[in-house]
Amino acid sequence: MSITIDKSKCIGCGKCRTVCPGSLIKKDENGKAFIKYPKDCWGCTSCVKECPVHAVRFYLGADIGGMGSLVHTESMGDILRWVIEKSDGEISKIDINRKESNKY
Amino acid sequence: MKIEKIKTQILIIGGGTAGCYAALTIAENSDAKTLICEKAHIKRSGCLAAGVNALNAYIVEGRTPQDYVEYVKKDADGIVREDLLLTMSERLNKVTERLEQLGLVILKDEKGKYVTRGNRNLKINGENIKPILAQAVENLPNVSILNRVNIIDYAVENNRINGAFGIGIENNTFYIIEADAVIIATGGAAGLYKPNNPGFSRHKMWYPPFNTGAGYAMGIRAGAEMTTFEMRFIALRCKDTIAPTGTLAQGVGAKQINSLGDVYETKYGITTSERVYGTVNENLEGRGPCYLKTEGITHEQDESLIKAYLNMAPSQTLKWIESGKNPSQQNVEIEGTEPYIVGGHTASGYWVDTNRATTIKGLFAAGDVAGGCPQKYVTGALAEGEIAALSAVDFIKNHKAQSIDKEKIDKQKSEIKKFIGENNSNFTIEQLEEAMQTVMDSYAGGIKTNYRFNEKQLDIADYKIKQIYQLTDRLHADDFQELMYIYELRERLTVCQSVIAHLKARHETRWHSFAENLDYPEKDNKNWKKYVNSRLENGEIKIILRELVKGGTQFEHNN
Ligand SMILES: Cc1cc2nc3c(=O)[nH]c(=O)nc-3n(C[C@H](O)[C@H](O)[C@H](O)COP(=O)(O)OP(=O)(O)OC[C@H]3O[C@@H](n4cnc5c(N)ncnc54)[C@H](O)[C@@H]3O)c2cc1C
Ligand code: SF4
Ligand code: SF4
Repeated sequence: MSITIDKSKCIGCGKCRTVCPGSLIKKDENGKAFIKYPKDCWGCTSCVKECPVHAVRFYLGADIGGMGSLVHTESMGDILRWVIEKSDGEISKIDINRKESNKY
Repeated sequence: MKIEKIKTQILIIGGGTAGCYAALTIAENSDAKTLICEKAHIKRSGCLAAGVNALNAYIVEGRTPQDYVEYVKKDADGIVREDLLLTMSERLNKVTERLEQLGLVILKDEKGKYVTRGNRNLKINGENIKPILAQAVENLPNVSILNRVNIIDYAVENNRINGAFGIGIENNTFYIIEADAVIIATGGAAGLYKPNNPGFSRHKMWYPPFNTGAGYAMGIRAGAEMTTFEMRFIALRCKDTIAPTGTLAQGVGAKQINSLGDVYETKYGITTSERVYGTVNENLEGRGPCYLKTEGITHEQDESLIKAYLNMAPSQTLKWIESGKNPSQQNVEIEGTEPYIVGGHTASGYWVDTNRATTIKGLFAAGDVAGGCPQKYVTGALAEGEIAALSAVDFIKNHKAQSIDKEKIDKQKSEIKKFIGENNSNFTIEQLEEAMQTVMDSYAGGIKTNYRFNEKQLDIADYKIKQIYQLTDRLHADDFQELMYIYELRERLTVCQSVIAHLKARHETRWHSFAENLDYPEKDNKNWKKYVNSRLENGEIKIILRELVKGGTQFEHNN
């Protein structure tokens, strides 16, 4: 899997660059983030969860059965909302309370 | 290239699980000046970056640390260090409480007791476990952190470590760090073998692709004694997403079934390696693919699983959603990963004494890089971080580092200059990495050969890996990040050579799949209840066979 960054949304805060465990995200001449090594992405989603303006989204590569959906998160207090946009336009949202433990 | 020289009392290499906890322990027990060098950023580096699912190692009520030792010993079929397992197990619950104090959410019942999963696990929300640890470390007064500094080698003189060399991948700086004691906590090694999906998703692997075995390689080069590299770890994972299967197996009780719908796990056994082996065999005998049987679970279980995976392996949740089917409507296909070297799951790594001192004076090891102590997982890595830290604090009371001699520094510098200088290489770093992975896959028991190998194949692997290493001499880096990639490739090639030598040395098959030697397909308890250790001597890997360290004893190095 890998990520894609929407430059038109990016405000250049640098948070995604900081957290990437592979140092794969860099900034361009305008200070906007871009993924320099898309094939090296581990898929940890750290960058996705950091972005304050939901500019970073992740997807599954076609080689592992990906079908083009894009996923981002929205942080609202204790709630971390995962938003999945399917390529046919359907959107699913899943809310996770960070104060709640996994059941399994 | 800029040059920076730093002096510290304790250097921690790798600000991951064990490294962060070592820093916390040092700060609590001394005012030693401490420096963490982390190749990424401690907020989300290493194994914990995506989050973890559970605390896999905890002593539940009614059980003892010795019970944990017995469990691991059985799973690893005897080749463990009981002294290490016991000292780790005794600390598991204390580090768990500490994690909770720092802010980790752990599930409790109405009486305020931890809710357990099976005999050893606790249920948590592990999504933010790394930021929690990192924040605690960032607040410590005597601890400084250098993020995006990749350590490339130790400075060792007469078997005594005096510090290390590093490269700042974003500031083009060469670091010379002098330290009275060093804690190595760089985790294990991924990327030695061709991965499940070598194309676009080549890094969609279980173990972090950024843990490249630096700690092992630097130790090997410096002549440290290493142990049990032949006990590779192969994970049984959800196909494609390489997401963990434990949550399905232990969480909702999903059984391993073949394509005929027959439960096969009972046929092969349920140790970690037997679960992988069974899956390989069912496929070989024409009964693949294999699955975890989730069909028929409840709607409520569906929802919980979808959330649980978001907290640790979001791709699996995405897979369910993209397919339009929940786990209750389709079984989850499983496969074995490529082999990794990881001392937190199996027993590979530094040969340490009970206090986690390596055979190099002043160097201590903790977490996945330390050997002899499998199944340590998150809490075990923390526990070892604590033990190594206490040993380092004690060590610096009577030992000061010598300054690193100029000749060593110049040698490192000129090597860097060569790599970033003129480009006259016809190979790229990526090409050589792929060449290495293909060799390991074909001749050293990778996915291609169903993890099996024989001596002739290993000889070919050894020959070819050495050849590829020679080719790295002429590689070129455009910047310091690429320079890091050259060092990572060399680390992996160094670890590969040791893995091959160890696989060749153990003349038996004790663990199916992990070390399946077709020349010796049977287990041989009479001759091989032994550790296979090794040390580099005059450029050659020397194998050292050692008798098992008995339970209830302490182990000290006597050289
Ligand atoms: C995907 C995954 C899921 C897991 N899930 C669970 C779970 O649910 N429960 C459980 O109990 N255990 C789990 N484990 C196991 C557990 O997370 C690990 O055993 C443990 O975190 C290892 O700690 P460590 O400190 O050895 O390695 P890490 O935490 O990986 O730390 C190594 C650090 O060293 C840095 N580093 C590496 N090389 C260099 C270098 N040359 N210079 C500077 N820095 C360097 C890395 O960036 C990293 O920060 C999981 C492991 C993985 C990979
Ligand atoms: S998902 Fe993880 S590895 Fe991939 S770019 Fe984001 S932070 Fe880096
Ligand atoms: S976190 Fe978002 S806004 Fe900030 S630099 Fe990255 S993409 Fe841009």
